[in-house]
Amino acid sequence: MASSETPVTRRLKCIKHIIIVCSGKGGVGKSSVSTQLALSLHSSSPTARVAILDVDLTGPSIPRMLGLDGHGVVQSSDGWVPVSADGTEARLSCMSVGFLLKKKDDSVVWRGPKKNAMIRQFLSDVRWGDLDYLVIDTPPGTSDEHLSLLEHMSGVHSRLSAVIVTTPQAVALMDAMKCLSFTRTVNLPILGLIENMSGYVCPCCGEISNVFSTGGGEEMARREGLTFLGSLPVDTELVTLLDAAEVESAADSEGVSEDPAHGTERTFQLFQQYQRTSSSKLFKGIVDRIIDRIPIVEEEQQPHGV
Amino acid sequence: MIAVQHPVVPPNPRTVPIDAPEHCPGTESELAGKADACAGCANQEICASGQTKGPDPALPFVRERMSGVKRKILILSGKGGVGKSTFTAQLGWAFSADDRLQTGIMDVDICGPSIPTILGIASEQVHSSSSGWSPVYVQDNLGVMSVGFMLPSSRDAVMWRGPKKNGLISQFLKDVDWGDLDYLLVDTPPGTSDEHLSIVTYLKESGIDGAVVITTPQEVALQDVRREINFCQKVGIRVLGVVENMSGFVCPSCKTESQIFKPSTGGAKRLAEEMVVELLGTVPLDPRIGKSADYGVSFLDEYPDSPASIAYLDIIDRIKRILGD
Ligand SMILES: Nc1ncnc2c1ncn2[C@@H]1O[C@H](COP(=O)(O)OP(=O)(O)O)[C@@H](O)[C@H]1O
Ligand SMILES: Nc1ncnc2c1ncn2[C@@H]1O[C@H](COP(=O)(O)OP(=O)(O)O)[C@@H](O)[C@H]1O
Ligand code: SF4
Ligand SMILES: [Mg+2]
Ligand SMILES: [Mg+2]
Repeated sequence: MASSETPVTRRLKCIKHIIIVCSGKGGVGKSSVSTQLALSLHSSSPTARVAILDVDLTGPSIPRMLGLDGHGVVQSSDGWVPVSADGTEARLSCMSVGFLLKKKDDSVVWRGPKKNAMIRQFLSDVRWGDLDYLVIDTPPGTSDEHLSLLEHMSGVHSRLSAVIVTTPQAVALMDAMKCLSFTRTVNLPILGLIENMSGYVCPCCGEISNVFSTGGGEEMARREGLTFLGSLPVDTELVTLLDAAEVESAADSEGVSEDPAHGTERTFQLFQQYQRTSSSKLFKGIVDRIIDRIPIVEEEQQPHGV
Repeated sequence: MIAVQHPVVPPNPRTVPIDAPEHCPGTESELAGKADACAGCANQEICASGQTKGPDPALPFVRERMSGVKRKILILSGKGGVGKSTFTAQLGWAFSADDRLQTGIMDVDICGPSIPTILGIASEQVHSSSSGWSPVYVQDNLGVMSVGFMLPSSRDAVMWRGPKKNGLISQFLKDVDWGDLDYLLVDTPPGTSDEHLSIVTYLKESGIDGAVVITTPQEVALQDVRREINFCQKVGIRVLGVVENMSGFVCPSCKTESQIFKPSTGGAKRLAEEMVVELLGTVPLDPRIGKSADYGVSFLDEYPDSPASIAYLDIIDRIKRILGD
């Protein structure tokens, strides 16, 4: 199959691996897993170059989670410059519709065709540079954004794989199942499944409560023959960290800071604070499993024989 | 008698409700009948003629069906997983506890329908009669319509682009034999996209009484909820108020309350003040709510004395009061 070059394949040529994070259900932790995945891949090697593309067009969470609210995208002669999340180190960059809004509380009320055009533009016009990993955060559902993503990236299909995130309740698992059916229909290989918000340790007495039940994700992985990447319990520190609450107060007093030093400082904090959460330790295991799985999955994708 | 536009057959969602190809630009779009995708579509002639670009032909039928519905309430939230569907179900159960009231629940979350599971009717199917598709009844005075009743298996993904979702929503409004209703509750997917625009467009004429906006306390949810309220303001939907869900968790062992989703920026209370909307109340996180939803039983009936049930009923009373019912 001679694949002709398109603006998207040209742009994504220098990206080694593309990981799509999806779930079917909303609020299960796609964006927080995408963020943690990017941070952990970034730390996995001192030279790893990572980026996040946020295609949740009507509910972008990544700018907030990376502490980059209020930043804008710069247009260069060679396309959009993504926002750097690690200051001058420039190994973690990010693109989101959140950076394109004039006011951050503005609703983006777009029907499918407009979303499709935006996604195509994200894939063909962002100047990512060389990347080891591009993590793509998706909205809930199996609709326009997902279909557009897969379609526009058909030329780089052999470098695509997905991580499914779910919480343990039946209503979430049902949507995760739909998401899995979707990946099977479009022939998108799965790196594995993460069970998020699995159990909560009472900060007062240490008792573990299954606030959103537990074990359902692991069982689904077994039943469907998926690699189980791990469970992440409810981590209240993580919620506050990803809420980027201190950015809000800083921005309130100083006006939105375009000062790059401020951004660097905040990022430095984000990396440091994340390292201290209990989630980051668990996530390290997950990332190791993901890194092991990538070559296996990509090998399976190679057309044999023919 | 309610007019039926055409005889309706229970749909096969893989091919219907509209026979358009995947990339159909939408029959009301500028490109209708002229886009690449239109080549070979059975509707091309009529779409290209421009007839379809006028007001949606479904509108008069929707208006007629909706004339028997007293109150139409949307349950919204920009964010997913905050408890929209759970709240919709409690609202449905609470209203239908009064057997003088007739309530309908319409689930327009087409890619992630949870309503059938939460109401314990996941294995039901839609039947058609001469007067349209018949809702699935949880009890005599609580009827439900969801794409979940139309799928061969709950594992099937509905991989539809916007125009097809819109087609189904219009059918839910014009072809479902809702009968006379006191309340029609519309459960929505997260975001502000095709489903939301469609429901607003189709119901505008018949009037939407208002929206209940659900959130959780943390900023990542609140920022999407601000966008949703901004959307309501743009399209002229009255926000009845905001509900803060999963607000605090009481450890069953030591009875101490802790915040799982800490309101780091002031929670729904501050959001309500900032956006000048009413805070209808807060519902604690209670694992039994999730269990009841998974087993399809009414939490309000199972645990009537729990703080969460009291909170739900209080909020529902406030909604009724705001509506003047
Ligand atoms: N393991 C966890 N423990 C506690 N809170 C979590 C966890 N994972 C995610 N969250 C929080 O839950 C909320 C929803 O997560 P998010 O990543 O935004 O979900 P999605 O992108 O699937 O809608 C966010 O506020 C996030 O910080
Ligand atoms: N107050 C609550 N306490 C505990 N679990 C809840 C509560 N409200 C909702 N849930 C659970 O959270 C999950 C998401 O709720 P759901 O109603 O499906 O959200 P949405 O429709 O907004 O996506 C479900 O598993 C539900 O049972
Ligand atoms: S229904 Fe109309 S607009 Fe849609 S693909 Fe067919 S001809 Fe084109
Ligand atoms: Mg998200
Ligand atoms: Mg829902």
